[in-house]
Amino acid sequence: MAKNETADDDLKSACRRWKDTVYGPARAAGPSGPELTTVSGRRLKELYTPLDLNGWDYRRDAGFPGEPPYVRGIQPTMYHGKLWTMRQFSGFGNPEDTNRRYKYLLSHGQTGLSVAFHLPTLMGIDSDHPLARGEVGKCGVAVDSLADMEILFDGIPLDRITTSMTINAPAAVLWAMYIAVAEKQGVSPRVISGTIQNDILKEYIAQKTFIFPPEPSMKLIVDTFEHGAREVPRWNTISISGYHIREAGATALQELAFTLRDGIEYVEWARRRGLDVDEFAPRLSYFFNAHNDFFEEIAKFRAARKIWAEVMRDRFKAKNPRSWWLRFHTQTSGVSLTAQQPYNNVVRVAIQALAAVLGGTQSLHTNSLDETYALPSEEAVTIALRTQQIIAHESGVINSLDPLGGSYLVERLTCDLAGEARDLIRKIDDMGGMVKAIELGWPQKEVADSAFWYQKAVERGEKILVGVNAFAGEHETIPILEVDESAARRQLERLKTVRSSRNGTRARETLDDLRKAASDGVNVMPFLLRAVKAYATLGEIIETFKDVYGEYQEPADF
Amino acid sequence: MSQGTIRVLIAKPGLDGHDRGAKVICRALRDAGMEVIYTGLRRTPEEIVSAAVQEDADVIGLSILSGAHNVLFPRILKLLEEQNAVDIPVIAGGIIPEKDIPKLKKAGIREIFLPGSSTEDIIRWIEEHVRSGGKKA
Repeated sequence: MAKNETADDDLKSACRRWKDTVYGPARAAGPSGPELTTVSGRRLKELYTPLDLNGWDYRRDAGFPGEPPYVRGIQPTMYHGKLWTMRQFSGFGNPEDTNRRYKYLLSHGQTGLSVAFHLPTLMGIDSDHPLARGEVGKCGVAVDSLADMEILFDGIPLDRITTSMTINAPAAVLWAMYIAVAEKQGVSPRVISGTIQNDILKEYIAQKTFIFPPEPSMKLIVDTFEHGAREVPRWNTISISGYHIREAGATALQELAFTLRDGIEYVEWARRRGLDVDEFAPRLSYFFNAHNDFFEEIAKFRAARKIWAEVMRDRFKAKNPRSWWLRFHTQTSGVSLTAQQPYNNVVRVAIQALAAVLGGTQSLHTNSLDETYALPSEEAVTIALRTQQIIAHESGVINSLDPLGGSYLVERLTCDLAGEARDLIRKIDDMGGMVKAIELGWPQKEVADSAFWYQKAVERGEKILVGVNAFAGEHETIPILEVDESAARRQLERLKTVRSSRNGTRARETLDDLRKAASDGVNVMPFLLRAVKAYATLGEIIETFKDVYGEYQEPADF
Repeated sequence: MSQGTIRVLIAKPGLDGHDRGAKVICRALRDAGMEVIYTGLRRTPEEIVSAAVQEDADVIGLSILSGAHNVLFPRILKLLEEQNAVDIPVIAGGIIPEKDIPKLKKAGIREIFLPGSSTEDIIRWIEEHVRSGGKKA
C-alpha cells in the first residue's frame, strides 16, 4: 500500500513535470491550437495517464466480454463468433420499388432488412388522406394495408431473413401485418425474428411522429411486449432509441441518459401490467447514434452496457443474464453530414462506423453520402455498405476483442459518462419518471438548448465543419435519387382496389371488435391480427384507436 | 409591439417532425430582436397562410424535410395570392434537392437556405428584404 502511494506520488510529480516543463512551454511557443472539447462540449485533458484510473478496478469496472458489467461486450466472442449485422435502412416509392431494392441489397451481401416507411404510414394515415398529398413514397415505402406488405416481402423468406421496422406510433399494426405475411408464407410466428422500433417516448422528446397521448401509447407498447413474450418469442418488441434524440441536438451524455431512462420507463410500465421482468427484458433492444467524436462515442456505448446491467440486476432484480444485456443497433449520424462537398461524407461515415464497431454494436447502418439531399441512390448506398465490409474484413479491428479496453482516456470517459448519466437518470426519477418529464417539456427543452448551443459554436468558428465554415471550396453537385411520381399514383390505385375487393362487412366487424377491445383495455394484438387479415387499412385502424385514445398535441414552444 | 419590430412566422408544413432546424432559427431570430411566431408541427398550407395573415407576418419561413415541398410550397404561394398577401416574402429551408430550387424560386419562394446555412445569413436576408422592398417598405 505504502509502496503504491509512493509510486502514485512519483507519477503525479512526473506528470506535473511533463506538463509544466515540456508540454506547457511547447504549447505556448507554438500556434494556438483548437479548444480541447468534444462535439458535445466536453473538455478533455491534454493527456491521460494511469493517474486518471485511480480507483478504477479492472474486474469491477471493465470485466471480460460476455460477463458483467459487459463494458467489453455482451457476447464472449463478439465479432469472432459472428460479425455485426449489416443492416441498411431503406424504403421508397411503392412496395414494388422497395422489394426490388431489398433483393438488390441482399444479393450484395447485406444480412438483414430494415424498412423505412413513408411519413403517412408513420403517422397512421392512408395514402389517400388529404395530409398525405406530396408525401406518398417520399421518405420511405408506402404501406396502407396487408396487400402492400405482401408485395414488400414477396420472394423474401421470412424464416431466414430478419427484419427491422422503423415504426413507432402505429408499430403494433405494422407488426401484425408482418406476422400475417409470414403466416401466408407458411412461417410460424414462433420462428420469425426482427425488431419493431415501437419507442414512443423518444418521439415526444425528439422525432415527433406521435399520434396518441403518452398513456395509451405506453399501453399499446406493453401489449406488444406481452404478445411477443408469449407468441413471437424471437422478436425484439422495442428498439429503445437514442438515435433521434441525438439527431435533434442532444449531447452524447443526454442521448445516453435519456435513452436509458426511457428503457427504465418501459420496464416499469410492463411490470405494472404484471409481466415478469425476465419474461420480456431479453427482447428489449437499443438503438444509438454514432456521431463524429470518436472516443466519446465509444465510451458512450461502453457506459450504456454498464448502466443497463446495473439497472436490470439491481433496480429490477432480473435473474436471467440475457435481461442484463444491452444489445444495440447503431446508425451513423445523419445530422453530421454536410451538403457542401458531399463526398467528404464517406469519410465521416467511416469514422463513425468504426466507433460503433469499437463500441461493440450488434448491427449497423451506415449513412450514404447524398442524404442531406434526398434518400440515397443505389450507388451511394453501395459505398455505405462497402464501408462496413472494409471495416469488418480489411481494417483488422475485429481481431482482438474490445481493443480500446484499458486505454486511459476511454476507460476514464466510460466511467465519467456512466456516472453523469446515473445522475441525470436520478433527476428524471425525481420528476416522477420519463412520461412526467415529457409532460413537463423538460427533455425536449434540454435537447433544444444543446442544438442551439452547437449551432452557435459552429457560427462562432469554435467547432469546425470541413467544407462548411472552413476549407470551403467549389460547389459540387452529385446525382440523387428521384422518386417517380407514378409510384404514388399506383399506390392510390392499389388502395382503391383493396377497399373495393375486400369483404367490407368483415373488415368493419374486425374494426368494431378492435374498438371494443381498446375501450375494454384488453391486449389488442389478437384483434389487430384479425383486422389486418381482413384488409382493414392502417388509416382505418388508427382512426378506430383515435376514437378511443384521443390524439396528442404538442405545445409549439421553441 | 414597436412599429419597427419584424414579425416572422416560422412554419412546419409536411408530415415530418424534424423541428431541430425550425427551433434553432426561431431562437436565433428572437435573439436578433425579431418577433417570432412558431406554428408547431404538421401545419397544412391553409393553416400556415391563415396564421400569416392573422398574425400580420412580415415574412414567412418554411421548414420541411419530408420531400413534399414541390407540392406544398406552390400551394402555400397560391393561397397567399388568393388572400392578397403575395407581398409577404416566403423563404424556406430543409432537405430540398438543388434541382428543385429553380422551380420553387420561379413559383415565388424568395430564398432557400440549405443545410449548413448560418443563422446570421438568414437574419441578414430578412433584415435586408423586409426593410427594403419587403412588405413594410
